[in-house]
Amino acid sequence: MQQTNKLTPFFENLNFERSDNMMIINFGPQHPSAHGQLRLVLELDGEKVTKAYPDIGYLHRGIEKMAENMTYNEFLPTTDRLDYIASTANNYAYAHSVETLLGLEIPERAQVIRTMLLEVNRIISHLFFLATHALDVGAMSVFLYAFREREHGMDLMEEYCGARLTHSAVRIGGVPLDLPANWTDAMLKWCDTVEYELANTYETLLNENRIWKMRLEDVGVISAENAQSWGCSGVMLRGSGVKYDIRKEEPYELYGDLEFDIPVSDRCDSYGRYRLYMQEIRESIKILRQLTPMYEKSTPQLMAHAPQYISAPKEEIMTQNYALMQHFVLVTQGMRPPVGEVYAPTESPKGELGFYIKSEGEPYAYRLKCRAPSFFHTGLLQEMLVGTYIADVVTIIGSTNIVFGEVDR
Amino acid sequence: MRKYTPKDNVQKKSYYTDRFYISPRVPRSEVENPGHFADVVNALKKLIQESYVELNQLIIHIKSTDNIKVLEILKEKCGYTVCSELSAVDYLARDGEFEIFYQMLNMNKASRVRVLTRIKKDEAIESIVPMFKMANFAEREMYDMFGIVANNHPYLKRILMPEDWVGYPLLKTYPLQGDEAASWYEVDKIFGTEYRDVIGPENRDPAKIDRYDTKRFSRVGHEVSFGEDISDGEQEKDIEYSKTFLVDYTTSQKQLDKRK
Repeated sequence: MQQTNKLTPFFENLNFERSDNMMIINFGPQHPSAHGQLRLVLELDGEKVTKAYPDIGYLHRGIEKMAENMTYNEFLPTTDRLDYIASTANNYAYAHSVETLLGLEIPERAQVIRTMLLEVNRIISHLFFLATHALDVGAMSVFLYAFREREHGMDLMEEYCGARLTHSAVRIGGVPLDLPANWTDAMLKWCDTVEYELANTYETLLNENRIWKMRLEDVGVISAENAQSWGCSGVMLRGSGVKYDIRKEEPYELYGDLEFDIPVSDRCDSYGRYRLYMQEIRESIKILRQLTPMYEKSTPQLMAHAPQYISAPKEEIMTQNYALMQHFVLVTQGMRPPVGEVYAPTESPKGELGFYIKSEGEPYAYRLKCRAPSFFHTGLLQEMLVGTYIADVVTIIGSTNIVFGEVDR
Repeated sequence: MRKYTPKDNVQKKSYYTDRFYISPRVPRSEVENPGHFADVVNALKKLIQESYVELNQLIIHIKSTDNIKVLEILKEKCGYTVCSELSAVDYLARDGEFEIFYQMLNMNKASRVRVLTRIKKDEAIESIVPMFKMANFAEREMYDMFGIVANNHPYLKRILMPEDWVGYPLLKTYPLQGDEAASWYEVDKIFGTEYRDVIGPENRDPAKIDRYDTKRFSRVGHEVSFGEDISDGEQEKDIEYSKTFLVDYTTSQKQLDKRK
């Protein structure tokens, strides 16, 4: 029986002192490779994991509750705090659901800019994955090289919206700003650098690296059927041989008009997933290169025209009385979307990110549910980790690419 | 007279309401026949209470006791192999019910179906973990946030909130800043119940301003030295502004020259 007091609390499901030669360890929540606040309770037989229990909630901020107490536009900056590695993907997923609910049509230039930002964010997020995953496994230099390119990508985001991490670069109905002068040139230059570094640094360092292959191959194996049952999405799903990318299958924004491939791997292991991430960066670069001419061709309208829901452009607000009145009402009261419910999935860098919004016609959402890909990938750990060795736990957590802002919400 | 605030829904309400405003509805359409959704509806037939298409997704209303049967048919016969999300909506104040939704995905057809069902306040729902393992975490979250029990769940425990938390945070009766129990939670946990009188309840409202607080920035313009007692015989002082050299460019060209 456990003797409990304030220093040794009582855990009804855990028995730390056992006679059957098993050891129980707490992996996290303060572990450098726990990717934030993951507490993993592991039961070990020697070095083999016999039971794993992911304990989450250390970063829970009640974002879904906050959504019920905020108007639709107020809530948008809060979505930055979900997956903070690629904030624009969250902003977009949220804005996309609300737009679907409102039935808005987004102007072409806004669509181009959004798609550009989404893909820049995807590259930033994938570089972050590569950096931290490599660092966890022990490849320190890859971390430094990948972070260099990521910093330059964040410089691009900073030039556009002023923030490096919490962008809020998308608004419901469009984007707030046009791209700065020469932004696309800088972006294309960055794409060239990333592509060069990818081929000549990261992949040369890792692809055939004996240690890297030994650490990743046949580690974290998940079958296609299991991946679907656990609700996996994104690279976790495509790494198991299921070719499903929401950008391709249920196209949103401009993805229907763009040419890109969906890399799939049927290796089902961490190495296959690593290769997919690298391929996806290449596809994103391909998309970005196609978007630049589209940007130049588009007309300069940035926000959708829907006076009931979206404020008019600033010039109109300053010159026309009715636009000012609309703007005043929308800012003080918030927009009132029609009664109904929506679930609009998007492909974020981590997987399927979608917001389920239930509207009762009030300025506050009646219920908002954030379908975060990392949440389900964390759930998968309890099955995937059993039977692996303690050293592989780090690799597996790294290759699931979970972000705790999104898991705990 | 104090304004009446309903106790069954303490979430933020719109300040301005128009009695004559009827909010529009998201357009619903009949299930197109023939089509993939019509096949789904035919496969389920008697189990469906209501079905329609809203924003390109098929919505099916079912009885809560049929949820296993319906999802099994969807999975085995209609190819909806992925359940991407499951959670609840609190309608206790209006209908005395929870609405539970299952968001299903067919990867071959790239189509989505949402299964909706309603349960009464103290009813439980059958767990779908044997079919979809993702429900392991999702149903735990639903239990954590709404207190809805999923029968035969392998490990139904709180997931995001602490194990000994009181109350279910996403209920409409639960205030945003937390309830009474929430304000004592950390005091009890860290110091013990006997220190409640010494420490007092935790302030869970980040916008709260105490005008006698001399430690924080609540007395902008009235700053006093640290710890000074200001609650008695307080003298109102004028707010002092910083004396910036203000230039009126429109009237005086001379001033501008002086600045140069």
